[in-house]
Amino acid sequence: MIPERDRVALRPEQATIPPGHPWNRIPVIGAVCALLGIVACAILGAANPKQFFFSWLVSFLFFVSLALGALFFVLIQYAAQGGWGIVLRRIGETIFAMLPVMAALFLPVVLGLRDLYSWSVPGAAEQDALLRWKAPFLNVPFFLIRAALYFGIWSFIALLYYRGSRGQDLTGDPGVSARLRRFAGPAIIVLALTQTLASIDWIMSLTPHWYSTMFGVYFFAGSFVGFIALLSVVAAAMRRAGLLDTVISAEHLHDIGKLLFAFTVFWTYIAFSQFFLIWYANLPEETIWYQARMEGSWLTVSLFLMAGHFVAPFFYLMGRAVKRRGSTLAVGGAWLLAMHFLDLYWQVMPTLHPEGLRPSLLDVAALVAVGGCFVAAASWLMRRQALVPLRDPRLAESLAFENV
Amino acid sequence: MPLLRPQLPKAPHYGILAEFATPADLYHACERVRDAGFTRWDAHTPFPVHGLEGAMGLRRSPLPWIVLGAGLTGAAVGFVLQWWVHASAYPLVISGKPYFAWPAMIPITFELGVLFAAFGAVLGMLGLNRLPMHHHPLFKSKVFERVTDDAFFISIESWDPRFDPSATGTLLESLGARSVALLESE
Repeated sequence: MIPERDRVALRPEQATIPPGHPWNRIPVIGAVCALLGIVACAILGAANPKQFFFSWLVSFLFFVSLALGALFFVLIQYAAQGGWGIVLRRIGETIFAMLPVMAALFLPVVLGLRDLYSWSVPGAAEQDALLRWKAPFLNVPFFLIRAALYFGIWSFIALLYYRGSRGQDLTGDPGVSARLRRFAGPAIIVLALTQTLASIDWIMSLTPHWYSTMFGVYFFAGSFVGFIALLSVVAAAMRRAGLLDTVISAEHLHDIGKLLFAFTVFWTYIAFSQFFLIWYANLPEETIWYQARMEGSWLTVSLFLMAGHFVAPFFYLMGRAVKRRGSTLAVGGAWLLAMHFLDLYWQVMPTLHPEGLRPSLLDVAALVAVGGCFVAAASWLMRRQALVPLRDPRLAESLAFENV
Repeated sequence: MPLLRPQLPKAPHYGILAEFATPADLYHACERVRDAGFTRWDAHTPFPVHGLEGAMGLRRSPLPWIVLGAGLTGAAVGFVLQWWVHASAYPLVISGKPYFAWPAMIPITFELGVLFAAFGAVLGMLGLNRLPMHHHPLFKSKVFERVTDDAFFISIESWDPRFDPSATGTLLESLGARSVALLESE
């Protein structure tokens, strides 16, 4: 008789990338992309450093938000003792394990501080009463300390959960799940606070006079939609590549689809509420941000975002059949990933180009560079580990999961 | 009120009620009843049994379409009502906004959409279930009282085209029913 803790619901060879599988090549492809992207950034950025820093900031925010969304996804499942998503947890863990990598990719933002944030230019506060008043918070040393704190806290939580889960693969100790569950509640609170402050620092302070009290929630909503969209694409791609095709079922895809649908609506609710209150109150220091996005070609982008980030996915993801097939779900996921990128682009770029939408080759170069690093590191981790938490006490429950 | 009466066809018998001891027995019996081609029948359990709708061969409910239609109707009613009031019937300047200030109309459009969708869901569910129904021939059966406790039942109605009082009873007995009874109408 096998003791309870040594029983496995899944054999390790069912849940690893086999030798010779095409997915083994992804880290190399990612690294080549990263290299090409960095070279392109260096060449193009030398001529236009301001554009480079803004393009980099958008791509950095895109990938850091996906990793933060992944961290929330895993924490909430621990806190709620969720069973259905255990087979998807390792994908989330791999993505939030990229947070220390994102800390390194934050470096160009630090170097471009003066080009990005007008409040960081020496002497900016002297001519501006509002900036003078905000200076105790918006100053370069404190900004850097806060960024270091965010990355320190996020990396600590990320590594704690990643290592705990990987360790459980070897020991099968159910105590790991209990310990991580107790820590999950406080970790969610800390994550919510740091993520809110980070969005204020990195995005809101691009327009230093402007403020919105729900901006942190807006950033969170976007990051969670982004991560679920990525999860749907990765899960569908894995099944198609013959990885976990007996593990991740239509039932799991259905639940990913439901989350994607729900959080698309949540993002819309938050995005509209933020706009609505500012539009209604009509106070100049609040409306400047939307004024810039309701003129010229930025208005077209705003309307496109409304249709593309809400109306289209709302009706597309409503049906049941769409969510239960990998290919149709991944189409919705890929679309929403693109919309999440556009959302961040729309938040950041009007600061640099108030005159209208000015796409740049540097936007593409920065996306390829940051994305290449992210994909290379994440897929490298994927090769070295089981693709599901093999000895989690709820794995059998997740494998047998069915929607009622 | 015809709505409050059970709309059951006239027949000497209501049908056959079979009692099973476990959810597994019931599940497998349902598969066989489904495969035998019965259409006018139901399964009764004290708690939801996973996958039973598949074993019974139930089709998807049309309820989501009712909810969608009701929700879109509610949203349209909410939006058009506000447009008519603010931009057409009683144009007033409110806090310097245009008469047709569409962002201000979104919350009520949303709320009426949700409200109508909820009405559609609840009333549509009641309608599809033919509820409220204040009496049902099954309630005459003494053994059926255990359906809220620890017993599992299949009832096959006598107006099912494949129903035959003796053959259907024999079939249910062969599927492991603990007891099989023919129920009177009304």
